[in-house]
Amino acid sequence: MKAFLGFVRKETLHLLRDRQTLAILLLLPPLQVLIFGFAVRTDVRKIPIVLVDPAPDVATLELRDRLAASERFRLLAVAPSTQVLDAQFRSGSIRQALVLPRDVERRLGRGDSLPIQLLTDGSDPNTGGIMQGYATAVVQRWYTDAVPSGNGLRIDASSRLRYNPTLESSHLFVPGLVAFVLTIMSAMMTAISITREKETGTMEMLLVSPIRPSAIVAGKVTPYVVLAFVSVLLVLIAARTVFQVPQRGSLALLLGECGLYILTALALGIVISTQAPTQRTAMIFALAGLMMPTMLLSGFIFPLDSLPVWLRAISNVVPARWFLLIVRGIMIKGAGLATLWQETLILVGMTAFFLIVGSRKLAIRLG
Amino acid sequence: MRTVWFLVRKEFLQILRDHTTMVQIFMIPVVQLLVLANAATFDLKRTRLLVVDEDRTTVSAGLVQRLEGGRQFRVVREDASANEVEKALLEREVTAVIHIPRRFEEDLVQHRHATVQLVLNAEEGAATGIVQSNANAILAAYAAELNLTLPTVRNASGVTHPAPLDLRTQRRFNPTRNYKHYMVPALMVALTTIIGLLLTAQNITREYEIGTLEQLNVTPMTKIQFIAAKLIPFWIISLVIFTIGLVIGRLVFGIPMRGSLVLVYLAAIVYLIVVLGLGLWISTITRTQQQAMFVAFFVILIFLLMGGLFTPVESMPDWAQLVAQANPVKHFVFVMRAVLVKGAGLDTVGRPILGLAIGGFAILTLAVHRYRKTTA
Repeated sequence: MKAFLGFVRKETLHLLRDRQTLAILLLLPPLQVLIFGFAVRTDVRKIPIVLVDPAPDVATLELRDRLAASERFRLLAVAPSTQVLDAQFRSGSIRQALVLPRDVERRLGRGDSLPIQLLTDGSDPNTGGIMQGYATAVVQRWYTDAVPSGNGLRIDASSRLRYNPTLESSHLFVPGLVAFVLTIMSAMMTAISITREKETGTMEMLLVSPIRPSAIVAGKVTPYVVLAFVSVLLVLIAARTVFQVPQRGSLALLLGECGLYILTALALGIVISTQAPTQRTAMIFALAGLMMPTMLLSGFIFPLDSLPVWLRAISNVVPARWFLLIVRGIMIKGAGLATLWQETLILVGMTAFFLIVGSRKLAIRLG
Repeated sequence: MRTVWFLVRKEFLQILRDHTTMVQIFMIPVVQLLVLANAATFDLKRTRLLVVDEDRTTVSAGLVQRLEGGRQFRVVREDASANEVEKALLEREVTAVIHIPRRFEEDLVQHRHATVQLVLNAEEGAATGIVQSNANAILAAYAAELNLTLPTVRNASGVTHPAPLDLRTQRRFNPTRNYKHYMVPALMVALTTIIGLLLTAQNITREYEIGTLEQLNVTPMTKIQFIAAKLIPFWIISLVIFTIGLVIGRLVFGIPMRGSLVLVYLAAIVYLIVVLGLGLWISTITRTQQQAMFVAFFVILIFLLMGGLFTPVESMPDWAQLVAQANPVKHFVFVMRAVLVKGAGLDTVGRPILGLAIGGFAILTLAVHRYRKTTA
């Protein structure tokens, strides 16, 4: 035990001595959460749109006002004809165009049909669908209000958006960022710190010392657990004070789960480091190997429900996927352990698996 | 020139010799492109729906049928108490709940207007908006259908019918709505960028850490030669990775190539100079590989998240859009999408390519300037 504590002390000193690295490790996660929490929005807003209105009248002015007033759209111009639309679409300066016929007012009064064309830049089908939905809603609402007393049959939906009524992007994005940044940073920290000992040759010395291999790994990881936890605390404070992300569930549970997840990610780093002979391979594995899958298969940006079945099955092995459910569950939905026990259990299982594989591989290198 | 050439050879030999790294830098992009191209979508199919139908008439049953008929919703449960609804939403058993009130049919016949309640789990922001607009579209279509078939009580007095709205929607450039055509170019760029930036950012610090940088420093080679020799091998490797990605995109995902491939490569060549130059610059300002990695991670994340790859740039706040203008990934992805999907020519993509070229020149100057042949 004394040898172990001495070892932990050595590692801690290593970490504390290198001020520059320490600052990077500690401050990078909160900084990332701050920047991206502000900058990245997953919703679609300020869509640049052009209204083609060959003969403006009262009815079309009303539509123009509605478009201009909407947060969703940025009415770039009202054009008399469709002439320049092609070039504008191609250069990407507009994403939508609404083409009105002549005599809108008169058609509405007389009961002639009202052909309106809605052009959408569909090169991104994801946002294309959303934009089309928004514009259609605006036109339909304008139309129902414009026609003389509603003869048309209507079914309205009064929508209630549970847990995030304003669909505030940062409330969802920040918990996702916590999961994402924590995974990469933690895995990278241990992976690099262990492979560095290999590269500089000091690992051999450690292995011939009377300390057991598993104790060496535990000793190397301990200071990073503390470091990552402090970093998480900073991130959570930023989420609370800067973004007002709600904290509906128990704070103790949230911190406990964060602690568990730090262990999971660090253990993953151990597995990587046992496989990698050099820092270069370790970091390519930890960064290039984990970054995109964690970003795209965890529900961080794209909903998991939209994945094909086989890919959803694969996403089950991504640790961040489960942690994301836990963080969102506790922070946004106020869920407790009664709801989240399954996810927690899966993380515990993954951690145990990584630790066993990691210590096995390390022991084999001894013999 | 010969000096540079020898150094380039040395770098190449070093990388080719390291089999693990070789396998990694080619396998990781290929595998991830093949797998992840299927993941980057908001195409929500079969959203899990809970139906609470208190009306129980043919009209309300018709609505449920329409909701289930498209591929967008799947009714997993019917009739639940308020508590059960809460629980189902909390445990993610269902994503949406539609509540059809009593007198739904009666209201429609008498007042030509009825309201249903739609409760959504807004846990996944953007997806929620899509589910909502899917549901609204089905409601509107059903209302239009009922408008013709449902007997009416009031409207017998010969009031003029309103002008029927004939809204024709058209999506340009990607009529099949294949999101892969949009996402594969972005993923290719992302993966090439990650690998290229990591390799260069780690390169000089590694030599510094193991002490071989000193040996290079005492040779008569100039700073420019040194940076050039470090840049060229990774530039070639990245171009190979990029080409493999392009081939996979064409053969496996069938992405269109409407524009000129020469333009794509021109942009790629310039873009890679920016990214690799940035990597080398990071490498000159950091002391250990660990530091270099974390800084590179930070830069990559900014590039990817603020480059409009997965989320629209237009939605970002103004200051972030301004920052995004300096993001090479944004411009390169724009060029790729514009040329490949929309068939744009030099008149559209000339400016961003020029911008990239200026950026590349600036970052290389910075890297050469920052690199010191003397160590403190």
